[in-house]
Amino acid sequence: MTEYKHSVSLDKSKCKGCTHCLQRCPTEAIRVREGCAAINPQKCIDCGECIRVCPYKAKKATHDRLDSLSKYKYKIALPAPALYGQFDNLDDIDFVVQGLYDMGFDDVFEVAKAAEMVSGYTRQYLRGDNIGKPVISSACPVVVRLISMRFPFLCKNILPILPPVEVAGKAAREKALREHPELSDKDIGCFFISPCPAKVSYVKNAFAGSESSVDEVLSVSDVYFELVGRMNKITVPEKSTEAGTVGVSWATAGGESTAIFNERYLAADGIENVIRVLDQIENSDFPELEFVELNACNGGCVGGVMTVANPYIAKARIHSLKRYLPVSPNLRPGSALSSGVKMPEVEYIPQTPLSDDRSEAMRMMADIQEIRKDLPDLDCGSCGAPTCAAFAEDIVRGEACADECVVFMRHVFHDYIQRHVSQSKETADGQENSKGGGDGDGNGEA
Amino acid sequence: MPDDVVRFCFDVDGDDFSSAGAASVEVKKRLRQLGISPEVIRRVAIAMYEGEINMVIHADGGKALVEVTPDEVRMTLEDHGPGIADVELAMQEGYSTARENIRSLGFGAGMGLPNMKKYTDTMHIDTEVGRGTTVVMTVKI
Repeated sequence: MTEYKHSVSLDKSKCKGCTHCLQRCPTEAIRVREGCAAINPQKCIDCGECIRVCPYKAKKATHDRLDSLSKYKYKIALPAPALYGQFDNLDDIDFVVQGLYDMGFDDVFEVAKAAEMVSGYTRQYLRGDNIGKPVISSACPVVVRLISMRFPFLCKNILPILPPVEVAGKAAREKALREHPELSDKDIGCFFISPCPAKVSYVKNAFAGSESSVDEVLSVSDVYFELVGRMNKITVPEKSTEAGTVGVSWATAGGESTAIFNERYLAADGIENVIRVLDQIENSDFPELEFVELNACNGGCVGGVMTVANPYIAKARIHSLKRYLPVSPNLRPGSALSSGVKMPEVEYIPQTPLSDDRSEAMRMMADIQEIRKDLPDLDCGSCGAPTCAAFAEDIVRGEACADECVVFMRHVFHDYIQRHVSQSKETADGQENSKGGGDGDGNGEA
Repeated sequence: MPDDVVRFCFDVDGDDFSSAGAASVEVKKRLRQLGISPEVIRRVAIAMYEGEINMVIHADGGKALVEVTPDEVRMTLEDHGPGIADVELAMQEGYSTARENIRSLGFGAGMGLPNMKKYTDTMHIDTEVGRGTTVVMTVKI
């Protein structure tokens, strides 16, 4: 496999080498070395937790810029449902859609619309035989990557359809080529307006082996600031939304599940919760569970780090927007999705063991256990590793040195001073004895 | 410590359902670091998980020892709980002595011991009413 391209990156000039990101990273992918954080690309799942917690804004989400619009003759906007929750006092999504046209897009294909198609497919898929249950949503790329790295037995449970953004991109491109025969494929630019960096990685890595139909990924926040001004100028929008409540609900945690129309579902959000749920699903079978929706961000996609609004406020706004929408206008019976949106089975990528040689790995593990006895289990992060356990592993792998632990070193110094003091005392006592009393001050020689 | 055994010890907290399964998760991680196959890891994890839950439900916690040798993973789960009066009955699928409040949490389906047996290569139960229970399970690598 080619190297995975990440969209969470670090600005070294801003990094102070503190421990915020270190301790928050759910996959222990970060180490602080020589006063600066370093992300292990093998372990990073692009969840964006480090971006969220960095007090110095040294962690960044890499995404495409608005000026990339000029690269294409025909520009299509693919707004994520989460975009709709960003605006204050908005009661009609038509304004957002019109605003996007006014920004210079030639077409708008709402991801919410594609989400409804995916929901329809999911309902159908759940009725099939011989499928791994519970079926796990394929929408959150962080979750899919996490499963591929840590949960080999759940890979086959992932819904075998590409996420709504990809379904939207493919459909929008086909539509453009159909309606504008003068355009060639490279004239068309599909711009996903994304709430999170994970979706940027998804696009840049040709997710699950299939080339993405999305060309550029813009952040919700960049587009937001461009869009508000335009939206304020609109009195009566000409264009209108094609999304229904089902599609728009995908913006928030639990939205995708309720669209299944099946009560036997589980919806969890927040990366730590997601990991716990996956561990438990892999351990025990839940015969009663049909569908599992997992969102790495708290609150769902509205909680993405490339948004502007507080996720819970955005969620409340999404709820109120839904009042004026039809349920699911994009779900016509028999309107099958094109075959190009099937997702190939997610492959398990095992993490590098301590050593490829089992007995060597066991010896190293025994060393880790030994080293841990000397470590304080404070998990303070001062050594640059997130936990004492991770630090012990780093030492054994030859990536760190025990004296980087401040507590360990304090003990070493303490022992050294104690030994030195008692030695001095012994020497002094010896001198006193040989002098038979005398005027020794007890301090001995230097 | 001889070179060909790695040991991990865990305390299983008796009153805490939310942390039950923590040892299982930790063991999974360590076995992955050792490069053990996913299939073996899964079997060990399920057996450990069920064993942990049992200790929490019935025995107010206990100790779990996991030993990895070049040939097998050996799990020893030791508690000082009430002991099992009739092991044969306890091994039957669906049989459980868990109280109603525990069943309402979704536990106590009577699949713990049967699952532990199903997912391991050997299982031995040493129990005495009033003294406690020790379960030793092995999974071949």
